[in-house]
Amino acid sequence: MKYSLKTFGITRDILGGKEVIFEMDGEKVGELKLELMARFPEMKSLNSLLVAVNNAYAKDDMVIKEKDEIALIPPVSGG
Amino acid sequence: MIKITEKAIDVQKVIETASSLSAGAVNVFIGTVRNNAQGKNVVWLEYEAYEAMAVAEIRKVIDEAANKWNLLGWAVSHRIGTLKPGEVAVVVVVSTPHRKESFEACQYIIDNVKAKAPIWKKEVFEDGEEWVDARPNIATPTN
Repeated sequence: MKYSLKTFGITRDILGGKEVIFEMDGEKVGELKLELMARFPEMKSLNSLLVAVNNAYAKDDMVIKEKDEIALIPPVSGG
Repeated sequence: MIKITEKAIDVQKVIETASSLSAGAVNVFIGTVRNNAQGKNVVWLEYEAYEAMAVAEIRKVIDEAANKWNLLGWAVSHRIGTLKPGEVAVVVVVSTPHRKESFEACQYIIDNVKAKAPIWKKEVFEDGEEWVDARPNIATPTN
């Protein structure tokens, strides 16, 4: 599956782009996180990594589809 | 009103948006850019937001607050882009019948907006820059 990932904050620096095409066999949010950490070991150094699917925080067992809006959410720091 | 904006926040306008003639209390929280972090001078901050989701998450926080307290009016405005020390980064305003619940609701909203809204800031120092809170082993973020 080929997913389009929106990146923010430090994840943009690590992946090197605002919107990154990411191909992998898995189709769950948890698999995406593990695959990201495997391919970009720097991701493991973050305090947390959440994934948002279609504008809402997603759990690890959520199944993602290619047309979903998927975003990487590193630790937030607004305010 | 929930607003994510690149323009300077007009605090008075945000207050007016959240006011209500039936309210006896209007509580205002203004978050500003500090000129120091981790013992270093902050030259400026870069804020960014995942805007659509930030608005959705802030909306959820407001809904939660409205279930706990009698909110007669409310507004949240968050700035993004480049901010210098002293500038206003975020404003939360709530109007309630009495003051106690206005303090509680305002604190609840700002605490949860900070914890949940997908908004990030990068501190730019004289000798480098750093996404706040992204990694451990750095001085605890201030904000």
